[in-house]
Amino acid sequence: MTELVQQLVDGLGRGSEYALIALGIAVMFGVMHLVNFAYGVLITVSGYAAFYVLDAGWSWWAAIPAIIGASVATSLVTELVAFRRVRGADDATMLLTSFGLFFVVSALFVMYVGPNVKNFERPSWVTNTVTVGSIRLEVFDLTTLGVTAVTLAGTAFLVRRTMFGISLRAAAADFDAARLMGVRSNRVIQGAFALAGLLAGIASVFILMRAGRTSPTFGETAMLKGILAALIGGLGSLSGAVIGGFTLGLVEVFLIARLPDDLVGLTNGIVFVLIALLFIFRPGGIVSVRHAERV
Amino acid sequence: MALLEVEDLSCRYGSITAVRDVDLVVDAGELIGLIGPNGAGKTTTLNGIAGLHPPAAGRVVFDGADITGAAPDALLRSGLALVPEHRRIFVDLTVEENLKVGGVTADRRTREQRLDELGERFPVLRAKWTTHAGYLSGGEAQQLAVARALMSSPRLLLMDEPTLGLAPTLVDTIFELVVALRDAGTTLLVVEQNASRLLEIADRAYVMRTGEVATSGTGAELLAQGDLFESYVGGGA
Repeated sequence: MTELVQQLVDGLGRGSEYALIALGIAVMFGVMHLVNFAYGVLITVSGYAAFYVLDAGWSWWAAIPAIIGASVATSLVTELVAFRRVRGADDATMLLTSFGLFFVVSALFVMYVGPNVKNFERPSWVTNTVTVGSIRLEVFDLTTLGVTAVTLAGTAFLVRRTMFGISLRAAAADFDAARLMGVRSNRVIQGAFALAGLLAGIASVFILMRAGRTSPTFGETAMLKGILAALIGGLGSLSGAVIGGFTLGLVEVFLIARLPDDLVGLTNGIVFVLIALLFIFRPGGIVSVRHAERV
Repeated sequence: MALLEVEDLSCRYGSITAVRDVDLVVDAGELIGLIGPNGAGKTTTLNGIAGLHPPAAGRVVFDGADITGAAPDALLRSGLALVPEHRRIFVDLTVEENLKVGGVTADRRTREQRLDELGERFPVLRAKWTTHAGYLSGGEAQQLAVARALMSSPRLLLMDEPTLGLAPTLVDTIFELVVALRDAGTTLLVVEQNASRLLEIADRAYVMRTGEVATSGTGAELLAQGDLFESYVGGGA
């Protein structure tokens, strides 16, 4: 029982990061029908932002807004420089653009910053634990969970209740119909990229606090997990992305904890088999998206 | 005074010219019909005017300003709204949210005020305010599509097949609504397959055939052409 609760919190903590990234990917997929493989760029840039400001002697508290700001700014720049030019192109073109962007940015970091891993100090409290009864929980997991809960609630409010959110959902459902209503395409897409950048930035803060390092392809793993989570949840569904993120985090943690030692190395493989099974029975993911009727 | 002038409008899909050298004039306060058989280019003409399908050639002048090829959201801001083919309401949004999107260009107070007004005018919609639009019947969905366009208080409303697929009693409702809008001062350009019904209420109409304007005139003038008119609109008129 104790073990189960610990694993649950651990899984939800890990799932929080996936959920935030998956949500950002789902937001962008919604308005542009783009599975953005360049999302990892935001995490990589956040990593270097963290390295440079911490190296300059900033505290982690001061570094947090810098990391999030770097992520939002990078997201907006990728929209302006790359994705605006292929807007309305077919899905394959946008997909290739996003791949290309990821590789170009990684190459730029290799060329101008260096291929080496850059290490930085992790906050001292990352490894702290608290004991509740007989259960020992990581402060970091609890913090991640708490901040994620607040972020998700804020995003839900933004998307459900504000004019920006309603316009965003309308544009995601039928872009041309939204434009006919006066929704400005540039503004709603920029808003989506800013929101996705914000979510990636918040996720990056936790990923970087845990990792204490960055490299030119640092964002790749987290991005792939986020895309997987979005697919598991049902691409295009915002709540699905969150559910997919937590599901992936929990499944990974339970597998790592429960698998015999000589099979733990196969965790990722088993996760992919499970995902394949899911898609056989629910091809649309956990939350299937109803698409606007087009007669 | 002409509110909308279309001169020599041509629209293409790849190498196919769907609309060729179309001339239209809509004066302020008029209700103008655009009729013709399937595939005559009526929808393409409306989409060409409203910015959904930028014209290959020609000129569109709205209220004295050249708006040829302008973006739909810019046109909406200048007072030109389109109720598009197949309605294209947002099925995953509630009725209220659909209307709010329609009022996205207005400030909050104006938007709330228009929501109240349209709620009174469309009691069917008011009763389903928080229902997802995907669950509406055909007639309700059509009323929502019109109400959504009215949220921006357009000076010119383009309507594409507003009665398509509706039961006869609902067709009456929509035609009554069109007349009420004209009487309230809105200028309308309506595409309709139900030609004879539209001619009863329209000030004038243009008849399109194979991408061109074949003839035009008042309802009485067109109906007086008898067989010739029938051949233009492909029977069923």
